[in-house]
Amino acid sequence: MLTLECPYCGVWAEETELTPGYEAHLKRSGPGSPDDAFESYMFARKNPKGAHFERWRHAYGCGKWFLAARCTATLEVFGTYPAQVSGPTPGIIAKIRARRPDWEPSE
Amino acid sequence: MSEPASALGHATFDGFASIREIGPLGMITLRARPDTPGLAQAVHRALGLEMPAVRRIVRQGDRAVGWMAPDEWLLILPYAQVGDTLDRLREALGAAHHLAVDVSDARAVFRIEGPKAAEVLMKLTPADLSALAPGELRRSRAAQVACAFWADEAGFTLVSFRSVAGYVMGLLGHSAQAGSALFPS
Amino acid sequence: MSTRLAKGGRLIDRSTAQGFTFNGRHMKGFAGDTLAAALLANDQMLVGRSFKYHRPRGVVASGPEEPNALVNLGTAARLEPNQRATVTELFDGLEAASQNHWPSLDFDVGVLNNYAARMLPAGFYYKTFIHPRPFWKHMFEPVIRQSAGLGRAPKDRDADRYEQAYAHCDVLVIGGGIAGLQAALVAGRAGRRLWLIEQASHWGGRAPVDGLSINGQPADAWVAATVAELSSLPNVTLRLRCTGAGVYDHGYVLADERVADHTPGDGRPKHRLWRLRAGRIVTATGAIERPLSFAGNDIPGVMLAGAVRDFVVNFAVSPGDRTVVVTNNDDAYRTAIALKQAGLDVPVIVDARARADGVLPQAARAMGIRVETGRAIAKVKGGKRVTGVALCLQAGEGAVQEEVACDAVAMSGGWSPVVHLWSHCGGKLTWDDAQVCFRPDPAQPPITHDGSAMVIAAGAANGVLDEAGLLADATAAGAAAAGIAAPEAPGVDNPTAPATEPVWIMPQGAPVALRSKMWLDYQNDVKVSDVQLAAREGYESVEHTKRYTTLGMATDQGKLSNINGLAVLSQALNEAIPQVGTTTFRPPYTPVTLGALAGEARGEIFQPLRRTPIHGWHEDQGAYFEPVGLWRRPYCFPRAGESHEKAVHREILNVRQNVGLLDASTLGKIIVRGPDAGRFLDMLYTGVMSSLPVGKCRYGLMCNENGFLIDDGVVARIDDQTFLCHTTTGGADRIHAHMEDWLQCEWWDWQVFTANVTEQYAQVAVVGPKARALLEKLGGMDVSKEALPFMTFADGTLGGFPVRAYRISFSGELSYEIAVPASHGLAFWQACLAAGADLGLMPYGTEALHVLRAEKGFIMIGDETDGTVIPQDLGLGWAISKKKADYLGKRGQERSFLTDPDRWRLVGLETLDGSVIPDGAYAVDAGVNPNGQRNVQGRVTSTYFSPTLGRGIAMGLIRRGPERMGETVEFPKVGGGSVMARIVDPVFHDKDGEKQNV
Ligand SMILES: [Zn+2]
Repeated sequence: MLTLECPYCGVWAEETELTPGYEAHLKRSGPGSPDDAFESYMFARKNPKGAHFERWRHAYGCGKWFLAARCTATLEVFGTYPAQVSGPTPGIIAKIRARRPDWEPSE
Repeated sequence: MSEPASALGHATFDGFASIREIGPLGMITLRARPDTPGLAQAVHRALGLEMPAVRRIVRQGDRAVGWMAPDEWLLILPYAQVGDTLDRLREALGAAHHLAVDVSDARAVFRIEGPKAAEVLMKLTPADLSALAPGELRRSRAAQVACAFWADEAGFTLVSFRSVAGYVMGLLGHSAQAGSALFPS
Repeated sequence: MSTRLAKGGRLIDRSTAQGFTFNGRHMKGFAGDTLAAALLANDQMLVGRSFKYHRPRGVVASGPEEPNALVNLGTAARLEPNQRATVTELFDGLEAASQNHWPSLDFDVGVLNNYAARMLPAGFYYKTFIHPRPFWKHMFEPVIRQSAGLGRAPKDRDADRYEQAYAHCDVLVIGGGIAGLQAALVAGRAGRRLWLIEQASHWGGRAPVDGLSINGQPADAWVAATVAELSSLPNVTLRLRCTGAGVYDHGYVLADERVADHTPGDGRPKHRLWRLRAGRIVTATGAIERPLSFAGNDIPGVMLAGAVRDFVVNFAVSPGDRTVVVTNNDDAYRTAIALKQAGLDVPVIVDARARADGVLPQAARAMGIRVETGRAIAKVKGGKRVTGVALCLQAGEGAVQEEVACDAVAMSGGWSPVVHLWSHCGGKLTWDDAQVCFRPDPAQPPITHDGSAMVIAAGAANGVLDEAGLLADATAAGAAAAGIAAPEAPGVDNPTAPATEPVWIMPQGAPVALRSKMWLDYQNDVKVSDVQLAAREGYESVEHTKRYTTLGMATDQGKLSNINGLAVLSQALNEAIPQVGTTTFRPPYTPVTLGALAGEARGEIFQPLRRTPIHGWHEDQGAYFEPVGLWRRPYCFPRAGESHEKAVHREILNVRQNVGLLDASTLGKIIVRGPDAGRFLDMLYTGVMSSLPVGKCRYGLMCNENGFLIDDGVVARIDDQTFLCHTTTGGADRIHAHMEDWLQCEWWDWQVFTANVTEQYAQVAVVGPKARALLEKLGGMDVSKEALPFMTFADGTLGGFPVRAYRISFSGELSYEIAVPASHGLAFWQACLAAGADLGLMPYGTEALHVLRAEKGFIMIGDETDGTVIPQDLGLGWAISKKKADYLGKRGQERSFLTDPDRWRLVGLETLDGSVIPDGAYAVDAGVNPNGQRNVQGRVTSTYFSPTLGRGIAMGLIRRGPERMGETVEFPKVGGGSVMARIVDPVFHDKDGEKQNV
C-alpha cells in the first residue's frame, strides 16, 4: 500500500487517505474537436512499464489534487508536484532521470 | 428559538481513556488565497489570533484558527459569536475574493482525554501520532470517515462531520474499552 | 508411547497444572505447554485425519508450519476451526476436538478413500466429474460435500472483540530468535524507533534448544540479557505472540497479535491486527525443517527432527521411547544427542550421506549412538502409530537390509530459510547449491518508495545456516536497517554447519510402490507419485502442478511440502531446481482470523451510518428505513397494523389533499462563490446559471465529459457572487469533489471557492395545498405567493427559527423547503408537527416522495439514469443551453450514437389493465437476437401504483418513444404473461403545473 507526500501540506499520506485520479496531463478536448482527439482525451490511456504520471487527491487531508510520478513496475515514487501545470515539470523530469538516466517522456 | 443541540447530546464513554462529545462549537470555514491582501488582519480583527503556519492550529482560550488547506482555514469560537464574527470578516475582507461560511452545525466535536488518549486514536487513524508536532492540526480519517484532530495537555480534540457522530462515538468507545490499551503499563 | 519426562522442560512450569479436554477426554498439562506438547504428554499421538484419504495424522512439527495437528478450539460463540495445536498455548479449561473424521477419530469411514487411492490420482476431480454434467450436481457433489472439508464453521456470533491499530517505526524486526534480537539491539542502540515482534510466546527461537553458547554464556542467558536491554530502551517496542503476516508496498506490514487467545474471556481483545509502517524491515524469520520423502513418512510418530528436539527440551515430552533419526545433514544429530541426554533410546541414526564426520556426528558416535551412513528408510511400519522401520541403501531401490523396532522417527531433510516475508513484495530468491535451499538474493530485494531496499533478511532467514556467521549477519542487517556502520558482532562459541546434501527421494531408486507412499503434502494428501504423474501429463510449470495436484494449497500453504515438491518435479522434468522455480509466496504467512481482519467494523460500527438531525425522531416513530448511500432515510411511517404499502398510499394522498412533512436534510448543498462563479457553473451545468437573478432558483443538470447525466438539482443565487447548488442525496460529496477537480486541475486561474455545507442545515420539505397555512401558523416571514413566488427563496424566520425558505417542488404541490441550522433541525421539525396538527399534517417518507414525483413525470437520478443516459434522452432539452459554446459533456453528446434518432427516450407508460408493470421489465420487439432471446425496444425505469390516479403508472425509455404516443408496447413478466402498456406523456398529474404555482 503506497505512500505519497502531499506537495501542499507535506503529509506523508498512505493510500487510504488518498483517492486516485488516473493518468495526469490529459489535454481536454471540447466541443467541435475531431473524433480522434476526443477519443484520445476520453479513452486512450498510456500503460507504460516504468515512469508514469498520475493524479491523486489528498481526500482525507487538505483535499487538494496533486500529481505523482511513479514507476509502475516497482512502485518507486520519483516525486509529487502540484496539479496546476499542463505537463511534467523540469523538476520532476530531473528527479526521474536521476534514477532512470535513460528515461524519455513518451510522445 | 431552541438551544442549539449538539449531535449526540454530550454523550460520554469511560474506558482506559475518557470520551466526551462536546459542542456545538462555533466554526467558520474561511477560504482565500494565502496572499490575499488584508487576510491576516481580517482574521486578527475577527478573532484576535495570528494566522497559523501550514498544518498548525493557533489556540487561545475558546478561540482557534487552524490551517486546513493552502487556501482554507477553520476558525473556532463561541457558538453565539459566529454571526457577528462572519460580519466582521466579510467587512474586513471587502471585495477581496474569499468565502466565509458558518459550518458550526455541520460538525461533531469529541474530547479524548487521559494519559493513554493517543492509543485510542492509534486504533483509528493511519496518521503517525508520535510524529505529531506541537500545535499540529492533522486531517486524516478515523476508520471509514474523515476527521481532523489536534493535541493539547489533557488529550485530543477530534472533529468529524455531524451525520457520522454516532459512528465516531462508537469507534471511540470501541477503541477506549477498558483492558484494551495498546501499551499496558 | 509418548510421555512426559520426569525432569526438564525449559518452558513449562510443573507447579501449575492445567486441565483440558481433547474429544471430551480430560487431560492434564502444565503452564507453558503448547496444546501439541500437552497432547503428546498424554500419549495422544493421533490428532486428526488427512483431507483426501482420511489417513491418520499425528503431530509432525512444533511451530506454525504444522500441517496435521489442526483442531477445533472452544465451543459455541468461541468455537474456532483449524487451529494449529503446535502454536496453541495451553490454558486451564481449554477444549479441543479433532476434525475431518466421521464418525470418530479412531474409526473413520472416509479412510475407504485410502484403499481406493489408486483410483484417486492427481487431478482426480478434474478427470472424473466433468461428464456427464448432471452427475456432478446430483451425485458427486453431495457425497464430496459430506466427507470433505476441515473444521466446521462456527454458527454462533463470535463472543470476542477484535481491533486494529496503526504504528510507525524506523525499523521493524520480524522474528525474536537470536538473529532478530541481535539485529534489533544494533538498531535500537542506534536510537532508531524500533519494533521487534515474535510469533511465539517466548524469545530466543531455536538457539537455546540447540544448546548454543554466545560470547561465553548459554543462549538462554544471552537472550534474557538482550531482551532486558531492549526493554530498557525508550525507542523500542517489543511484542510477543505477534506474527508478521504480510509485507506490502512502502514498508507496510500486517502483524497479527494474539492478545488473549490464551486467556479467553478476560475482557481484552482476542486479536489485534497491527498495521505497521516501517522505514526498513528486517526479516529474522529463521528456517523451517523439511521432511524426507520415504514410504510411510506420514504415519503418526514420524516427526521432524527439530520438532522432536523442541518437545524434549522445551516441554520435557518424548514422542517415543525408541526414536530412529533419519537425515541428510548434521543438524539432526542434535536430536539424537538430546534424546540420549534425556535418557531415551536412539537405536540408529540413518544418514543418507556417504560420510558424516562433522562435530555433531562425532559427538553422537562418542555417546555410543549407532550411525549408519549411505542408508535410507525403505519404509515405516505401523498404522496409527510407528512400530518400526525397514532400512535399505540410499543408492538402491529399497531392498530391505534390516528392520529396526521403534515408536518414533525423527527426520530431517535439511532446512529452508523462511523467505516468505522477503518474497511477499517482490524480493527475489537464489538457489544455494551448497546449502541445498532457496535464499534471498540480496541483489534483488523488495524496494520501497525511494527505490532503496525495503527488506533486509537476517540470519537463517537470509540463508546463513552456518552458525559461525549467524550473528555477524544479523549485526550487519541491523546496522544496514539503521543506516550505520556495523559494530562488532557477538559470536557463537560452539558453531556447527548442517552440511546438507540433496536427498529428495529415499531411497534414490524407489519404485512406484514406495513412491506412492511418500507423502509431500500431509494435509492435502499429495505424494511423490502424484507430482511425477503431473509432470508426465505435461504440467511443466510449478504453478500448474501446484493447482493440479493441490500441493501446498492446504491451510499450511505448503510450508513443509513446497520445496520437496518442486525438487521432485524438477527431477521428473530433468531440470535444475532454480529453472523450475518456486510458487508465489503470498500473504498471510499464517492464517489471520476474519475477526482480526474486520477489526472494529462489526455490528453498529460495521460502516458509518449517516443520520440527519431528525433521525432519532424517525426511529421513535417506528419509521421503516431504507439505505440511501450511507444515510438511512425513512421509507414510510407505518401506523399500528398498517402495511408499508398502505402507509405509502396514505402519505401520498395526504400530501395531495392536506400537507406532508419530509426530512430532506440529506440533499447536497454546496456554496460556490467568486467573481467567476457564474462562468464556472455555466461549464458545470448544461443550462445557463450565470443569468440567474439574485433571489431566484433554477433547475440544473450536470453531465460528465462523456455527456452522460450524473446529477441534478436546484441552484439558488444568494448574491452577485454566491450560488447554492443542491445535489442529490447520494451526490453531495461526489459533486463537490467533481467541482474541486475542475477548479484545481483545469481552471485553476478562475476565482471560485466552494464549500460543502450539506450537513450545516436540516432541510424540511413542507408539501401540499395546506403548506402555506402551516408556515403562516408558525409565523414570521411572508410566505405569500407575492412575497415568495414559485422558484424563489428568501431568508427570514419561521416560528422564531432562522430559516432560508425555498419555493421549489418535487411533487407538483404547493411546496416549501425550509433550511434551518442542523442544531435546530429537530426543534423546527417538532414545531412544524405542532403547527400542522389540525391541518392534517403527516410526515412522509422516500417512497411517497418517489411516487409523487413519478406522478408528475420528474426524473430521478439513478432510476431514469444509469450512467448511459444523456439529458436529451429524458426530454430535458429545455434544460440544455443551445447557445453556450461549451459545457462539461457537450462534446461527448455530439458523438454520433448519442444523436441517433433511434435512441431509447423517456415516455410515460399507462397499462391497459391498470396493473403495475414489474420493476426492471423490458419492452419486447418483434424477432429474436442471435442468442435466441426476444429483441427489445425499451425498458421501464420507474413503476408504481399511483394512489392519486388509482392505477399503475410508469416511466420508461422506449426507442423513438416521444414519436410513438398512443402506441402499445408489451412487457413480459417473470414467470409468464405480459403487461400491455400505452405510450403516453410522462406527466400523469396536473399537466399544467397549476397546483405548485399557487
Ligand atoms: Zn495535503
